[in-house]
Amino acid sequence: MCRTLFQKIWDAHTVAPLAGDTLLLYVDRHYLTEITSPQAFDGLRSAGRTVRQPATTIAVADHNVPTSDRRLGISDPESRAQVDALERNAHAFAIRYLALEGAQHGIVHVAGPEQGLTLPGMTVVCGDSHTSTHGAFGALAFGIGTSEVEHVLATQTIAQRPAKTFRVTVDGTPPAGVEAKDIVLSIIRAVGAGGANGHVIEFAGETIRKLDMAGRMTVCNMSIEAGARAGMIAPDDVTFAYLRGRPHAPRGASFERAVERWRSLASDRDARFDRELHLDAATFAPMVTWGTSPEDALPIDGVVPDPASVSDPALRAQLTAKLAYIGLTPGQRFTDVPIDVVFIGSCTNGRLEDLRAAARIARGRHVAPGVRALVVPGSAAVKAAAEAEGLDATFRAAGFEWREAGCSMCVGMNPDRVEPGRRCASTSNRNFQGRQGPGSRTHLLSPPMAAAAAITGRLADVRRFAMR
Amino acid sequence: MRAFTTLTAVAAPLPLANVDTDTIVPARFMKTLTRSGLGAKLFHDLRYDASGNERPDFVLNRAPYRAAEILVAYDNFGCGSSREHAPWALLDFGIRCVIAPSFGDIFASNCSKNGVLPVALPPAACERLVAIAAAGMHVTVDLERETVRAGKGVAWAFRADPFRRTLLLRGDDDIDVTLQHRDAIADYERRRAGDELYTCTGFVPVPPEASSA
Repeated sequence: MCRTLFQKIWDAHTVAPLAGDTLLLYVDRHYLTEITSPQAFDGLRSAGRTVRQPATTIAVADHNVPTSDRRLGISDPESRAQVDALERNAHAFAIRYLALEGAQHGIVHVAGPEQGLTLPGMTVVCGDSHTSTHGAFGALAFGIGTSEVEHVLATQTIAQRPAKTFRVTVDGTPPAGVEAKDIVLSIIRAVGAGGANGHVIEFAGETIRKLDMAGRMTVCNMSIEAGARAGMIAPDDVTFAYLRGRPHAPRGASFERAVERWRSLASDRDARFDRELHLDAATFAPMVTWGTSPEDALPIDGVVPDPASVSDPALRAQLTAKLAYIGLTPGQRFTDVPIDVVFIGSCTNGRLEDLRAAARIARGRHVAPGVRALVVPGSAAVKAAAEAEGLDATFRAAGFEWREAGCSMCVGMNPDRVEPGRRCASTSNRNFQGRQGPGSRTHLLSPPMAAAAAITGRLADVRRFAMR
Repeated sequence: MRAFTTLTAVAAPLPLANVDTDTIVPARFMKTLTRSGLGAKLFHDLRYDASGNERPDFVLNRAPYRAAEILVAYDNFGCGSSREHAPWALLDFGIRCVIAPSFGDIFASNCSKNGVLPVALPPAACERLVAIAAAGMHVTVDLERETVRAGKGVAWAFRADPFRRTLLLRGDDDIDVTLQHRDAIADYERRRAGDELYTCTGFVPVPPEASSA
């Protein structure tokens, strides 16, 4: 039997058929956040149900939390109520809660893998679309809604139809200045924002294999921005080296036996995919988005597209409206666009490797006058590790703010927001209208590109900067 | 869940592609602990100006679309965030059905858990329906027969996911449906209980008997 990575995990987790091709899939790991779980717990209570497997369930508050001084607590009453509700619900149902003040706290998609809570071959769900991040470990990981959160809490299963399989193979050596973020933005541009709807993407090829786990998580994180149900990468020695010794990974001989089994998860040589796409990384360049969809990505040395070149009237009207919102003019060079804010962080690019890459640009330079630049580690552990190697000092000396872990300016739900009409160079994942705050204008790019923008005060080509 | 069988109603045209769930409900309105009351926030930043006044050019601010129960849009409607607040807001406003060429997967799933029907029709049909909706004509969506009709002789067939279709037609609670399979779930857990991959770190301590389901 020739099966893909996806099919192997799917088969191993099938509990019972439901109707049509929908079946019940067993869930190994369920992460909870404060935004999408309160109504699920209320639903459980009002139906007199309980949590079937609390020990597989992990709760952490990340969207709403301030990234300034934690000792001051959460001043916004609604945010505080949601965070309190998560802690209370976790306690009431014997679910482990990663406390805001603790060393294990972080954005759920940074903190979970860091603790070894996501392992190859697992099914992983969370009421957050960027759950696709965990697919970097060779897990089948996807975002769910609140009703599904309640369903998983009550039954430890989820009703699913099999996804179509889509292999994106990236070969070739990326040119200097091209990061994992540029690879995934290039893929999204090629596939389209809805191009992978109904599919699970397996990222393959030598370029993907050569990425470290942080880079793989960046790529899988943004598979949802192409519409994919999930993104995944076959586990290999890079994966196993990352997992060895993590608090919740198997230990000793168990780990060695687990590795043998995890190796067999890779798609079989002759496995067939419903769709295939091949890309050559040698053609990639540092990318920046110019619009309000992640598919609106182009190389940094390009110019703003012209609606006049679009023949379909509805699409032309939408493009014109997009450019009006984002405040750019057709033909304008990206490197001439001034920015107000820089955000380095998020579940896409808030890991230690991301901060190191940004620091190589920031070191010995200074943020341009009038620019506000934030560095927000993805977790308390990332923050501690970065401080141990002096990255905080590097960033502070360069005029960046160094903050506590959280979703921060990615999502506009906490005090870190982009003001109306302001323009942000951001390492986050979505440039949707209002995403970083009402009227905010977002340009997605890699951590070194964000640092370069902070230094220049404009969108900037990182290839013109010497790494330090 | 409220059942969905057939619906004849005003349809609001929203001829935009890639309408994301941040546009349907901005994240700053997700700090609620309940499911209700989000109708006022639906499409907030398109519907209201910076001072909170209605933008008269936005479709849901105009007659007859204030009473719309159907929305017609373009490709990839509901992409982005997994927030169920998006269908909650649609439902709270009164929208029971969205017609588009394609949908974000999680959004479509969330809709069907709330009695909101996502109907996928080909792009040309959606363009035609946008014109029909713009003319203020009523549209009929029939989940039983899996058809969309608009006036005499104008009809399209669609295919709903069979599992979700049954739940929607009956208004069933999906957790109740799953719990009919509680023995299969317990069997699955029992089969895996001795597997060190799932027990060695103690994160799946599976005493099936302890399950309350």
